[in-house]
Amino acid sequence: MATALGSPAPFGQSQFALVRGNAFEAKVKAGGGTELLRLLFERLGAGADAPGEAVLPDLTAAGPEGRTARTALALREATASDGWTLLDHPMLALEVAGSPVYLEPDAVVVHPDGTWTVVEIKSFPMIDASADAAKVGAAARQSAVYVLALERIASVTEGARVGHRVLLVCPKDFSNLPTASVVDVRKQRAVTRRQLTRLTRIEDIAAALPEGATFDPGCTREELGTAVEAVPAAYAPECLAACELAFHCRARSRAEGAVETLGRGVRGELGGLTTVAGVLAAASGKEGDPADPTVAALRRAAALRAEALETADGGARCR
Amino acid sequence: MSLITTLARLEAVDSGRARPLATVCHRHLTGRPLVLVPLTTAGEAGAPLGALVGTDRDAPRLLAVAQPRDRDLRFAFLAELAEAVLPHIESAADAVEPAERSEVDPETGRRTKVEVELCADAAQLIVPSRAGIDFVRLLGRSMRFRRTAEDDPDTPYPAPARVPLLGRWLTHYGERARVPGSSLLLATTDLLNRHWATGQSSLEDQHLGALLAWIDPPPGESGAEAAFRAELARDGAGQLLCPPAGPATDPAFDNRLLAPAIEAYDRARVALAAAEDGLTADARLGELSRAEREIRSLLAAVMRPTWDAVWRGLDLARGLPEGARSQDRWTRDRWSFTAHRDRVRAGEPPQPRRDDAVTAARKLAARETAQAQVEAQEALDDPLVLAGRRLAGEAFLGEVTEVEMTYTESKRPSPRPLVTVRTDERPHLGERTKVYRSLDGKPQTAEFVGYAADLAGRHAAESVAHAAEGPAGAESALVLRITDRMGRGREPAPGSVPEPGDRIAWTLFEHDQRGGPALPEAENTPWTHGGPPGGAEEAEKPDPVTAEDLL
Ligand code: SF4
Repeated sequence: MATALGSPAPFGQSQFALVRGNAFEAKVKAGGGTELLRLLFERLGAGADAPGEAVLPDLTAAGPEGRTARTALALREATASDGWTLLDHPMLALEVAGSPVYLEPDAVVVHPDGTWTVVEIKSFPMIDASADAAKVGAAARQSAVYVLALERIASVTEGARVGHRVLLVCPKDFSNLPTASVVDVRKQRAVTRRQLTRLTRIEDIAAALPEGATFDPGCTREELGTAVEAVPAAYAPECLAACELAFHCRARSRAEGAVETLGRGVRGELGGLTTVAGVLAAASGKEGDPADPTVAALRRAAALRAEALETADGGARCR
Repeated sequence: MSLITTLARLEAVDSGRARPLATVCHRHLTGRPLVLVPLTTAGEAGAPLGALVGTDRDAPRLLAVAQPRDRDLRFAFLAELAEAVLPHIESAADAVEPAERSEVDPETGRRTKVEVELCADAAQLIVPSRAGIDFVRLLGRSMRFRRTAEDDPDTPYPAPARVPLLGRWLTHYGERARVPGSSLLLATTDLLNRHWATGQSSLEDQHLGALLAWIDPPPGESGAEAAFRAELARDGAGQLLCPPAGPATDPAFDNRLLAPAIEAYDRARVALAAAEDGLTADARLGELSRAEREIRSLLAAVMRPTWDAVWRGLDLARGLPEGARSQDRWTRDRWSFTAHRDRVRAGEPPQPRRDDAVTAARKLAARETAQAQVEAQEALDDPLVLAGRRLAGEAFLGEVTEVEMTYTESKRPSPRPLVTVRTDERPHLGERTKVYRSLDGKPQTAEFVGYAADLAGRHAAESVAHAAEGPAGAESALVLRITDRMGRGREPAPGSVPEPGDRIAWTLFEHDQRGGPALPEAENTPWTHGGPPGGAEEAEKPDPVTAEDLL
């Protein structure tokens, strides 16, 4: 759709990264997941017997619904048993804005005591036991969504408990030997849950659309543009790294002169002023109520800035 | 972001061009910086792909790795990088001037001056972006624990001779780059963002091409249009016209150009190994070097725009006069450079993997001091930066209207002139708040006595009522008492007291920021804070190497 709107998203993945990521995941899970379970036991295994042979249930089924059902069944069986079970690429469902979204974690391990632990395998390195904070944060947010989805199944599974500490497996230093660290995702889970309950239901968004609006990428750019415009959006620069429509939304937001194109924080400084032209008019004294503290501060800022630039131009500097 | 910066960004949006955030250059640029444009292999932690490096903008040295997964080729790359970077560092390390440093005498415990060497100039390193600084740090970490055959004849996969040394230097540069105001290792994007406000967000400002497009758009185009082109425009083959400034590459470059070229190289290698006679081997060697040349030219083409962009960025920054006090910060960089040189020469082990508690606390304290210092110095060097502090009530500009001489009441009275200053600004002054002005480059202290109107008592109400409305609000008259830098005599030294009519900038912050309380030396630190026993020994071990290691 972004391409059809004339602002294709610049996302894509290098095949080098893909190959390396897959190779690393395969290595971590090799041999029936022995290495993976060893890492998990070392970090999170308190109180249980060391995993010898883990059960690896077959999760194949037709379609996402089938795979989700198959996963739920495997989870129930694993919880009832008193051994270790490794679910390789299970499928989970989570309701987002009223519609089911299917999720596929790298792995979920069921402990002998019925605890379910999400395992995320990433190919960014953990150097001297610490990894890039931004990447760990992203992995934690991702895992939190899995935890939420698992909790729905756990609530109807006897003896099950979803661990809030997930296992992040990464290459150690500059090698491709796996190492792991435990990430507590309680905070991310709470944030995600709040966001999910706040999301407007898709049907409600659809109901608010004008009759005949369509999001079919086969439509003309104008038709699509009108439809997309009918959906309220709150563009901020953070969208650029996350959303495929970001360049489209940015163009629209800039055309409207919205100050948020410069960053979310900017809005807070500018009080009720929301457009670039509005702020500049207020700063130059053409518009706005001087009694409004924001307007007064802007005028002071503009006067100080102009004076300083003039001083510098004149060369006479006040010391 | 201060309101003045926000305003500058909004002006940029409106005018379609970046607007100044500074009127002088606040980072020292040496006459001969070494520019390094590195590329790395996607998905790998320590597998460099290539680099352009050098001090001559017209003749970068091209380093390339034809197959990044091959350890020998990576080592060859690092050895070549060491040959490109270390001579630059060493020539600066050898040119010294005598200097003095105060040291604590271990026997008497007294501070004494000792004669030491100070490098006359430090070797400056410039990378395109912040990710480039992180990559320098990563390269440093990956190399400094390597063992060479000379270190240990039994070491598996010995590193080329000068690679560990390069690792230690790059680690030092990477650490120094965390010190606010330092110029030893600079990212071009940081350099430009310090001096210009664009009409885009600070996230978008991390794109070197887009940033330059705002600061210096091509004729007839707005910054926004040019930046958009730099971000997204592709040629007929789907390649970005302005490739990313690295070290990460564009996935489309990896998938469509680089991967096939590396495959061709691998095939040529296999074919060469399988050659059965000299003639075939010759032909296949030709194939192999052709494949290698192809990779080199692909990498060169994708790095060259960034290389040129870095030099353009340097030109733009050099277009500003240098701020007077940035020299002072550069001297600190020279000390830091010299100290590392001395540690290397003294045969000290490489920097540990993790700092112990004392070192970490020391570094943190030093960075905080450096932060306050660079903020103060930039404000003193640059009226535009000072404007931001004035807006925040941390400085003010005023005209001296009256000077009244008073003296301390002691046996040898000293001058304590009362200076009345008229200003329309609203500094955050409380009773006896200290304020400073710069007198011949040195700070002179005064303390706030009160508002003239209040001091005059009953006239107060009247004068507020008659206060003139300046652009920034009502004018007020402040009374300050000067307390130092007037010489030793009863009468102040000539020129040391402001005179009526002088327009003076006063700051509420100190001009010279001193460090906080001293931390104990490592050997006096309890083990709970990382002190003895064991010490640095533990950290010195090389990384365990396996056949699968990537670096
Ligand atoms: S506002 Fe942001 S998240 Fe929403 S559609 Fe636009 S770019 Fe995407």
